[in-house]
Amino acid sequence: MAEKVLAKAESFFDIYDRNPSPSKDVTHYCPGCGHGVLHKLIAEAIDDFGIRERTVLFSPVGCSVFAYYYFRTGNIQCAHGRAPAAATGFKRTHPESIVISYQGDGDLAAIGTAEIIQAANRGENFTVFFVNNAIYGMTGGQLAPTTLVGQKTTTSPYGRNPANEGYPIKVAEMISTLDAPVYVERVAITDAKNTARVRRAVRKGLQNQIDNKGFSLIEVLSVCPSNWKMDPIQSKQWLSDNMIQQFPLGIFRDRTGEVPAAENKRHIFHVDGLREALELPVETESTIKVAAPAPEFQDPRIKLAGFGGQGVLMLGLMLAEAGMHAGYHVSWIPSYGPEMRGGTANCHVNLSHRRIGSPTVSRPTLLVAMNLPSLERFENEVVPGGLIIYDTAMVTRAPKRTDVKALGIPASTIADELGNTRGANMVILGAYIGYTSILPKEAIFAAMPSLIKRKNLIPLNEQAVEKGMEFVRNLRG
Amino acid sequence: MAEPIGLERAKIVVREDECKGCGLCIEACPEQVLFVHKHLNRLGYHPTGYKGEGCTGCGICFYQCPEPGAITVYKKGYVGEEVV
Ligand code: SF4
Ligand code: SF4
Ligand code: SF4
Repeated sequence: MAEKVLAKAESFFDIYDRNPSPSKDVTHYCPGCGHGVLHKLIAEAIDDFGIRERTVLFSPVGCSVFAYYYFRTGNIQCAHGRAPAAATGFKRTHPESIVISYQGDGDLAAIGTAEIIQAANRGENFTVFFVNNAIYGMTGGQLAPTTLVGQKTTTSPYGRNPANEGYPIKVAEMISTLDAPVYVERVAITDAKNTARVRRAVRKGLQNQIDNKGFSLIEVLSVCPSNWKMDPIQSKQWLSDNMIQQFPLGIFRDRTGEVPAAENKRHIFHVDGLREALELPVETESTIKVAAPAPEFQDPRIKLAGFGGQGVLMLGLMLAEAGMHAGYHVSWIPSYGPEMRGGTANCHVNLSHRRIGSPTVSRPTLLVAMNLPSLERFENEVVPGGLIIYDTAMVTRAPKRTDVKALGIPASTIADELGNTRGANMVILGAYIGYTSILPKEAIFAAMPSLIKRKNLIPLNEQAVEKGMEFVRNLRG
Repeated sequence: MAEPIGLERAKIVVREDECKGCGLCIEACPEQVLFVHKHLNRLGYHPTGYKGEGCTGCGICFYQCPEPGAITVYKKGYVGEEVV
């Protein structure tokens, strides 16, 4: 019997309870607005394909920001222009879902240009409905990227002049220059014939996704009577007479018949596969016990600095990795600031019993300075009562601060004597754990295989750590 | 109980309070069987009315109308409940 009646789709709510307005049975769109028609065609297709339970609509910023008032599907309202990015994340983590990115011309073709192009270029397996009404609707009729040459808007009062505002962006044409998209068509909501084409395109775009074919984009030319300042019937006439001249209708890409669904099979990233691909050792249950360090050494915030090549980034990674083996929350970030250009490197590490809020360390409790510029640069950042460890073979003066502890160790010399000049970082690491008991050496040794690619170098690095510990022991006598 | 007899002719029903009086359905109806009511609806628009005969059930008005629930088209032979 369903085929004998055309009625409101099941995929719409009966009553739009989410709308704060008192009229909960009508949309918020202006009379005659094209959005409503496209909503109906999408909702009808969702009904007919039986996909409502797994459909998620990503709505934009613009007049259709409230699409979630109406669609009885999953809904995510996205930051301006970001619907394709959010849709990518969702679709990849929920491949069985049907994901629709619904966007207007300000959202997709202005602020969101990068997102749509990158999503299309990756061939994301979702469906984009791009509503082009050649103007900014929600904000009151300003020039849009798709405003026609000569079209007057509140911000192009003389009419769009390409010499001032450039030419209208032709999204369907632009997207179809990319290799990945499967289906790109431009249609128009005007008379019965063209609207039937819109209906076909909507269904095809969704069917492609159901069949796992890849990226489909349907550009829908649509009226905005309110901002065009015409009645709805005149608006459709204007669209037919003017918009279609500058935005020709038609199919710009259709590889639906060619692409096998299998082409869209991506790498699935899972832990075991990644371990294998990155040649990481198999994870084992950690049994490493940590002695409690003195209170002033607990939950350190660490800055490690030196010349590029001294291995400060590796030292940081080793600390973080070993921290994980010992059950700490950890963070590691290298600093890529302009200071990197001078050949110095630094990174920030946190080891904590609590979850870590910010990985950046601006007030370290431990500074490791492997050269003089690093000490000069960061000495004053160290919190009072903090610790500075420095390589006396490289740093020619002691720290000036008197309110911090300072531990100098000729790390580079010790490493050199071991026959491993580059092992100074591990000597420092040994000194640090020996001095503070923050980590047992077993945690460091457990971390080494996943960080040191050349396995024959592991024993040398272990020795360097031991030497650093021994130095501290001797110091204390 | 007698066999349900289907609609002999197609018809449309307009939910007047959901109509925004845009006129697109009236303009598009090939049979010209829709008209503008003189009265205003709850939203302050002149809603569309059906003349009562002549509808072929083509569905054109339904797909022209931007309001999800304003127009329902019942095609010839329809035997179900009327949607309210
Ligand atoms: S401003 Fe334009 S696009 Fe927005 S709801 Fe009104 S008619 Fe539609
Ligand atoms: S279904 Fe067709 S004939 Fe009937 S009122 Fe609508 S447009 Fe006119
Ligand atoms: S198209 Fe819909 S909203 Fe517009 S006048 Fe007809 S019934 Fe009313």
